[in-house]
Amino acid sequence: MSRIRAAKSLLALREQEELEDLPNDYPSSTSEDEGDGGGERKHQKLLEAISSLDGKNRRKLAERSEASLKVSEFTVSSEGSGERLALSDLLEPVKTSSSLATVKKQLNRVKSKKTVELPLNKEEVERIHREVAFNKTSQTLSKWDPIVQKNRQAEQLVFPLMKEQSAFAPIEHVLNGWKARTPLEQEIFNLLSKNKQPVTDPLLTPVEKASLKAMSLEEAKMRRAELQRARALQSYYEARARREKKIKSKKYHRVLKKGKAKKALKEFETLRKTDPAAALEELEKLEKARMMERMSLKHQNSGKWAKSKAIMAKYDLEARQAMQDQLARNKELTQKVQMASESEEEEGGEEEGDLVPDAVNEAHMTADGLNPWMVGNHSSDAKEAEIQKDPEQLPEPMANEASESEEEEIPVAEEEILLKEFEERRSLRKKSGLNQDAKPVGRQETKDSSTQEVLSELRALSQKLNKDNRQRRKQDVGSVRTVLSVPREGPAAEEEEPQLLQRPERAQTLEELEELSKEGCFQNEEFPRPASEGQQLESNNQPSAPKKKMKEQMIDLQNILTTKSPSVKSLAVPTIEELEDEQEREQKQMIKEAFAGDDVIRDFLKEKREAVEASKPKDVDLTLPGWGEWGGVGLKPSAKKRRRFLIKAPEGPPRKDKNLPNVIINEKRNIHAAAHQVRVLPYPFTHHQQFERTIQTPIGSTWNTQRAFQKLTTPKVVTKPGHIIKPIKAEDVGYRSSSRSDLSVIQRNPKQLSIRHKKQLKKD
Amino acid sequence: MKVKMLSRNPDNYVRETKLDLQRVPRNYDPTLHPFEVPREYVRALNATKLERVFAKPFLASLDGHRDGVNCLAKHPKSLGTVLSGACDGEVRIWNLTKRNCIRTIQAHEGFVRGICTRFCGSSFFTVGDDKTVKQWKMEGPGIGEEEEPLHTILGKTVYTGIDHHWKEGIFATCGQQVDIWDEQKTSPICSMTWGYDSISSVKFNPIETFLLGSCASDRNIVLYDMRQATPLKKVILDMRTNTICWNPMEAFIFTAANEDYNLYTFDMRALDTPVMVHMDHVSAVLDVDYSPTGKEFVSASFDKSIRIFPVDKSRSREVYHTKRMQHVICVKWTSDSKYIMCGSDEMNIRLWKANASEKLGVLTSREKAAKDYNEKLKEKFRYHPHIKRIARHRHLPKPIYSQIQEQRVMKEARRRKEVNRLKHSKPGSVPMVSEKKKHVVAVVK
Repeated sequence: MSRIRAAKSLLALREQEELEDLPNDYPSSTSEDEGDGGGERKHQKLLEAISSLDGKNRRKLAERSEASLKVSEFTVSSEGSGERLALSDLLEPVKTSSSLATVKKQLNRVKSKKTVELPLNKEEVERIHREVAFNKTSQTLSKWDPIVQKNRQAEQLVFPLMKEQSAFAPIEHVLNGWKARTPLEQEIFNLLSKNKQPVTDPLLTPVEKASLKAMSLEEAKMRRAELQRARALQSYYEARARREKKIKSKKYHRVLKKGKAKKALKEFETLRKTDPAAALEELEKLEKARMMERMSLKHQNSGKWAKSKAIMAKYDLEARQAMQDQLARNKELTQKVQMASESEEEEGGEEEGDLVPDAVNEAHMTADGLNPWMVGNHSSDAKEAEIQKDPEQLPEPMANEASESEEEEIPVAEEEILLKEFEERRSLRKKSGLNQDAKPVGRQETKDSSTQEVLSELRALSQKLNKDNRQRRKQDVGSVRTVLSVPREGPAAEEEEPQLLQRPERAQTLEELEELSKEGCFQNEEFPRPASEGQQLESNNQPSAPKKKMKEQMIDLQNILTTKSPSVKSLAVPTIEELEDEQEREQKQMIKEAFAGDDVIRDFLKEKREAVEASKPKDVDLTLPGWGEWGGVGLKPSAKKRRRFLIKAPEGPPRKDKNLPNVIINEKRNIHAAAHQVRVLPYPFTHHQQFERTIQTPIGSTWNTQRAFQKLTTPKVVTKPGHIIKPIKAEDVGYRSSSRSDLSVIQRNPKQLSIRHKKQLKKD
Repeated sequence: MKVKMLSRNPDNYVRETKLDLQRVPRNYDPTLHPFEVPREYVRALNATKLERVFAKPFLASLDGHRDGVNCLAKHPKSLGTVLSGACDGEVRIWNLTKRNCIRTIQAHEGFVRGICTRFCGSSFFTVGDDKTVKQWKMEGPGIGEEEEPLHTILGKTVYTGIDHHWKEGIFATCGQQVDIWDEQKTSPICSMTWGYDSISSVKFNPIETFLLGSCASDRNIVLYDMRQATPLKKVILDMRTNTICWNPMEAFIFTAANEDYNLYTFDMRALDTPVMVHMDHVSAVLDVDYSPTGKEFVSASFDKSIRIFPVDKSRSREVYHTKRMQHVICVKWTSDSKYIMCGSDEMNIRLWKANASEKLGVLTSREKAAKDYNEKLKEKFRYHPHIKRIARHRHLPKPIYSQIQEQRVMKEARRRKEVNRLKHSKPGSVPMVSEKKKHVVAVVK
C-alpha cells in the first residue's frame, strides 16, 4: 500500500509541477513521467522512495521548515516549488516522439511571447509628450522659413505690410446720406433740381431716360450707320490732309498755292461779272485785310522768327531770301487793291511801249547767238569795253523790267527769263565745244580769270534780280515819266551803285584782273579769240547756275583767297591746301619761338630720373674707419675692407612707371590719404576688388540719371508715419491660417488640466 | 537746302508755376564730372557729421506717477495712447500727442506687476501684488460712475506677469505656473508648469499665436504650446532671464533680456545656440521690445540707459540716457516704429525718437530724396575710418563709460587666460567654446 501511495504522491507531484506551466486541457499521460531527467535532488528523492519500498526503512516525513499555503495530504512539501520549472525541461522528452508536434509548436509560441513591461514613470511620459509636441510645432514654424529669408534679403520692405483696401461704395450710396447744409450747397441743389438733374440718384436725367425710350432699334441702327459713314469720311479726309501736309517739296506747295490763287481770281472774275455786289464785298474784305496788315507787325521782319533769320541771314542766303519774301508779302498785302491795280496796268502798258525796242533788240541778239556785251567787247578795245560795259549791261535789266511789269502778279516770270538766257548760252557752249577742245593748254590763265569774271557776272545778275524786285515797286509807285525822261545812263548808274556797294573792291579787282589777262592773251595770240570763247567759258559754269547762287558764300571765300595771293604768281597752280600748310607751319614756328627758353621734356626726364634714383634702395656701408688699420685725417679705409663691409641692398620690385615714359608714379604711401582709407577688408567682402567696386560706383544724381538715382537710394525699410504696423500674418503672405481658433482647440483637448491643478481644485 | 533746326518741346523746360525749380538739362558724361569717389566721400562725411549734429532723440517726459513705473502697454488701435502701471498700484493712461495723463486708476494694492491690452483695444488687464487679475474698460467711467474693473479674479498666488492672446479672448498669467484663461471664465482653462521656481514673465507669440514663452527665476526660458497644453522645451542660461520678446515679423525668433548684461536672440527650433548675443549694457537688462518692423529692438537696463540693437548685430547702434533717468524698468517701441517709450524708477515715462536725427513731420520730396541719398552714402562709406569714428561716437555718463572700460579689461583678461590655457594644454583636451555657446548651460527636452 505504502508503495502505491508513494508512487501516487510522486505522480501527484509531477502533475502539479506540470500544471504550473501547462494549460489544464493538455492531455496528460504516464509516458511523460518515464525517464525523468530532473535535477539531482529529485533523483535522490526517487531513490529514497524506492529504497523505502522494501519496508525496512520507514520513510521519513519531509520536514516543513516554513509556512506554506499548500499542504499536501500526501505529506508532500512544496519544497521544490520555489524553483521554476523551465519549459525546456518539459520539452526534452517530447523531442523523441513525433506525434506531439502540435504541442511542441504551441509551446514554442508561448516561449517567444514576452511579458508586458511596467508603465513608464510620469516624468518620462511628459518628456515624450514634450518632444512630440516640439517636433510638431517646429514643423509648423518652418513654413515661415522662406518668408523670413525673403524679408531679410529684401531690397526694400514697405510697412505696413498689408494694405488696407478702401471699400468702394457706389456713389448713390454715398450721396444718399448727403444733405445740402450750407447756403451755397442749397443754392446749387436748387439749381440742379430745377434743371431736373439727378442729385441723389445720379444715373440718368429724365430727358436722357425719355430719349432712351424714344428711339427705336431701326432708327438707332440707321443713325449708327450714318455716324459710321461720317466718321469714315472724316478720317479719310484727315489722312489725306496729313499726307499732303507731309509733302516736303516746295515746288509742289508753290504750285498748289498758285493754283489756289488762280482759282480765287477766276472766282472773283466770275463774281464780278455775275454779282458785282458780292465782288465788292470781296474787295472790301481784301481792303480790310490790308488794313489789318498795316496795323499789325506781322510781316515787318520784327518777329521772333524774323530776328532769328536776321542772325542767320549773314550766313545763309536762303534766310535772307525768306526775309525779303516776307517783306514783299507785307508790301503786297498793304497795296491798295482796286485803284492801284488799274493805274499800274496803265503804267505797265506805257512802260512796255517805251521799252519795246530794247527788248526786241535783245531778243534779236539772243537769236543771233551772240551775247550783246561780249560782242561789244570783241569788236572794240579792252578799254573801250570797260567804258561801255555799264551802258551795255543796262538794257537787259531794263528789258526784264518791261517784261516784269507785264506780269506783276507773278514775279517768278523774271527768273524764268533769266533761266532762258542761261539755257541759250548753254546751247551755244555745246556748239563751240569742239573749239574748246582744240585750244592749247597754255590758255589756262585766261580761263581762270575768265571764270572769275563769269562768277561776278552771275552774282551781279542774281543781285539785280533781287534789286529789281524792290526797284520795280519804287518805279511803280513813283511816276514812270521820270524814269522815261531820265537818259538811259541814269537808271543804269543808279542800279550799278548799290551793286558795287554790296560787292566791294573785289569785283573791281576781278574785273581788272580779267582785263589784264585779256590784254595778255591778245598780245600773245596772233588771231583774236572770238567772243564764242568767252561765252563758252561762261557756259562752263552755267549748268550749275542756280546752284551757284546758293553756294555763293563758298565761292566768295575762294575768291578772297585767290585774290589775296599776289597776282604775279602763276595762276595756273593756286591750291588752297598749300596755303593752309604754310599757315600751320608758320604757327608752329611762332610757338617754337615763343617757348624757345623752356625745355619741358628734358626737365621732366630729369625729374623722373631723380625720382627713380630716390626710390632705389640704398646700400649700407658698415666699414669702421681705423678699425684694424691706421686711421686719421686724410686716411680712407681700404677698398677691400669697404667691399667687405658693404651690404648691398636687394633689388626692389620694378617701378610701375618703368614702361611709361611720360609718367611718374609715386609709389610712396601718402599718410594724409591713408588716414581716410580703409585698412582692413570689411566683413562681407571676400576680395578687395569687390569692395573697391562698390565704392567706385557713384550713387549721386550728379552721375546718375534721375531714375537710376532713385533706384540706387531706395531706403531698405519704409514706414508711414501714423500707421500702425501689425505683426505679420499668415494671410498676408498667402498662407492659409488655421481655421480653428486656439480656444476651441484647448477646450476640445481632453488632458487640458494638469494633475497638479486638479489637485489644487479639489483642495478648493 | 532745308535747314533742320534743333527744336525742343517747351514742356521739357518751361515751368508750370513760378515757384517751380528751373529744370536744368544735364550732361552725364563722366569726363565732365570727375572725382566721383572723393566727392561722394566728402558728402558722406558731411552727412555723418550732420547726423550727429541733429541727433536729439529726447522728445518728452511724462510725469505724474508717484512711484517707479513698473510696466507699460501700447494701445493696439491708437498710436497716441499708452498705459502704464506703477509700483504703488496706480495705472495711468496717457495721451502722447498732448503729452498728458488722461486717466488715473488705483488698480491694485502694491505693485502693478503686469499690464496688457485686449487685441481689439476695448479693455485692458492688470495683475498686481494683491493676487488679483483685473479687467478694465479702456474708456473712462461716465460722470458719477465709480472707477470699477469689469472683472476681478482672485488667485491663490501672486501673479507676476500677464499677456493677452493676439486674436482671441484668451490671456495668460504667470506666477507659480503659467495659466491660460478664457476671458469668460474665472478659472484657468489650462495651466502649465515645468520646474518649481516662480515665473517672471510670459509672452504670446504674435504670429503663431498658440505659442508662449516664459522665463523663470531658475535661469530658464520655457516655451509652451497652448493647443497641446504642454511645455515644449527649456533652455537654461548662465543667469536669470528677466523677460523675453518675440519678433513680430519672424515667427520663431525671440530675444531674451538677461541678468548677465547681455541679450540673447534665439531661434526657438534650435535653442542650444543663440542666433546672436547682443552685448553693450553694463548692468542687468530688465526689458526688451521689438520694433514692429522686426529689424531692431530696444532694451532697457539697470545701468540707467536704453539701447537700440539691430537684430543681426551684436553691438548696439544707439544708446539713450539722460542725467535724470534712473534704472529703466520697462520699455516699449511704438506701433508706427518711430518712437520709443521707457518707464523708469524715478516715476517718469520718457518718449524718444527711434532714429535720433530723424526730422519729424512731413518731408518734401526733395528733403526725402536728400535724406535717402545721405543714408545710402553713410552706408556706402561706413567702413572708412573717419566716418566710422564719427558715426560711432556717443557721449556716455561717466559711470557707464568707466564700467565699459572695466568690463573690457575683464573680458580681455578672461580671453587671454583662455588662450593661455588652450596653448599650454594637450591639443584637444581643452575645447574651444564659441562666445555664443558659452552662455547656454543646457537645453532640456
